[in-house]
Amino acid sequence: MQNPIIEICDLAYTYDSTPALSGVNVQINRGDFIAVIGPNGGGKTTLMRLILGLLKPQQGQLSVFGAPPGSNPARIGYVPQHSNTTQGFPAAAEQVVLMGLAQGKQRGFRFTAAEREAANHAMRRAGVLDLRHRRLNELSGGQRQRILIARALITQPELLILDEPLSNIDPYGRQCILETLTGLDSQTTVVMVSHDLGITANAVTDIIAVNHYALSAGGTKLTPAMLALMYGTHEAGCPVHALLQQWVDSATPSAPALPALITTEHTHEPR
Amino acid sequence: MNLADLLQQTFMQHALIASLLVSITCGVIGALVVVNRLIFMAGGIAHTAYGGVGLAFFLGAPVLPTAGLFTAGAAVILGALTQTKRERTDTLIGVIWAAGMAFGIIMINLTPGYNVGLMSYLFGSILTVPAQDLWVMLGIDGVIVGLTLFFYRDILSFSFDPDFARSRGIPVRFLYFMLLIMVAEAVVMMIQVVGLILVIALLTLPPYLAERHTKSLVGLMVASGLWSLVFCVGGLAVAYQFDLSSGASIIATACAIYLMFIVGQTGWQWLRTQTKTPA
Repeated sequence: MQNPIIEICDLAYTYDSTPALSGVNVQINRGDFIAVIGPNGGGKTTLMRLILGLLKPQQGQLSVFGAPPGSNPARIGYVPQHSNTTQGFPAAAEQVVLMGLAQGKQRGFRFTAAEREAANHAMRRAGVLDLRHRRLNELSGGQRQRILIARALITQPELLILDEPLSNIDPYGRQCILETLTGLDSQTTVVMVSHDLGITANAVTDIIAVNHYALSAGGTKLTPAMLALMYGTHEAGCPVHALLQQWVDSATPSAPALPALITTEHTHEPR
Repeated sequence: MNLADLLQQTFMQHALIASLLVSITCGVIGALVVVNRLIFMAGGIAHTAYGGVGLAFFLGAPVLPTAGLFTAGAAVILGALTQTKRERTDTLIGVIWAAGMAFGIIMINLTPGYNVGLMSYLFGSILTVPAQDLWVMLGIDGVIVGLTLFFYRDILSFSFDPDFARSRGIPVRFLYFMLLIMVAEAVVMMIQVVGLILVIALLTLPPYLAERHTKSLVGLMVASGLWSLVFCVGGLAVAYQFDLSSGASIIATACAIYLMFIVGQTGWQWLRTQTKTPA
């Protein structure tokens, strides 16, 4: 039985005069592991920010846990793009994880033993407990990303939203992050923005393609309509057409990431 | 005059107390300015404070409270403008920076008489801090330290990752404006010691020296405060010994220590690579 925790109906958002999202209809159920894919500038991050309540919908309906976005921050864990965090920040990894407990209510600068234990537990789940006393700028990109995942996990959220957690991470680091995510409680819903379908397909239960509009695959297999939405339509004989066809035919867990071959020169206007 | 006699002098006692009070604020606010990348913003606020000084002279009002209110107002306006036009932040800071200075100069032009004390607000005069200003400084210290401790967890989260902080329900906008107002008050307080032109150096050099060896924001604040105290007292001694301007001496001392630190660090790294290189 479906148990929707995110319901989006006819959602639209525009930055100044530039439309970012239009007519988006999506439903995400409890326990889903969703990969949100799409080209740069397609509106993936905007969609995540709308779900988190960081942006307000300008049109349509959006509910998270049956309430307006931002109403239940304690039930949601968020892992932003790690380039957004302050580099060289004076904090050990454990301090960063403890930041996940902040809710605008607790006071004082000392963390309790119970809070530290919660941080240790989250770091253990993310496989980074041994790094807890290391400064953030001493860690690799993959290790930092897993620290940010531990920060999101410290409150044991029911919904985990990750914005490109695998970008600029080496294959080993990606695998570690995916193992962390697939090892979560089956009731935890994961929504992950990613460019790399090849690796995410191992874990996901559904794919949502976003490029101003959104299309759900209803499974882990990409459809021609989704590829057309993301990368446009190409005539037979065009190298991109052959590549996209190959993707449709073999969109399986082992499908390769789209190579740099797909450029704007080869891509026609989607829709 | 020997050291014991010197320490008996009221002006020197006031200067040392002012050094301590400024160092506390400098440690807290300097750390927050650096980790939040608000250095240019702090520079803009510092120069805007000159408008408050000019207004105080024009009205014949006490300088510290008048400049404090004026600068806090300017900081709020600056914050609101930069929030709505993020892509124009640098330009807006530049405009407010110049407008504040210009307003201050015009106010002083319109003030009858010759304001000889005005230079002390540009370049600082820690040796002439009156007792009532020390009380105002103590009050500002109390408010800044109190607010920082009270909101520490939220400030920590907001400073590291504002988007995440907002997603957790932390009032990021409130914290941002509170931080700007605290910067404004800190700047007004520090004008007395190093002058508004040199404020930025005292806000940024201590955290820079401290940040390599700290693993927490509160640790950075404490270490920055200690460095600031070293700079202020050291600069005071240099100023007294060589009969130099106190504000410039404090900053020159800070810069000299900073350079020694950089040279020492580079030398140490070179030495380590030399000893590790196989023969």
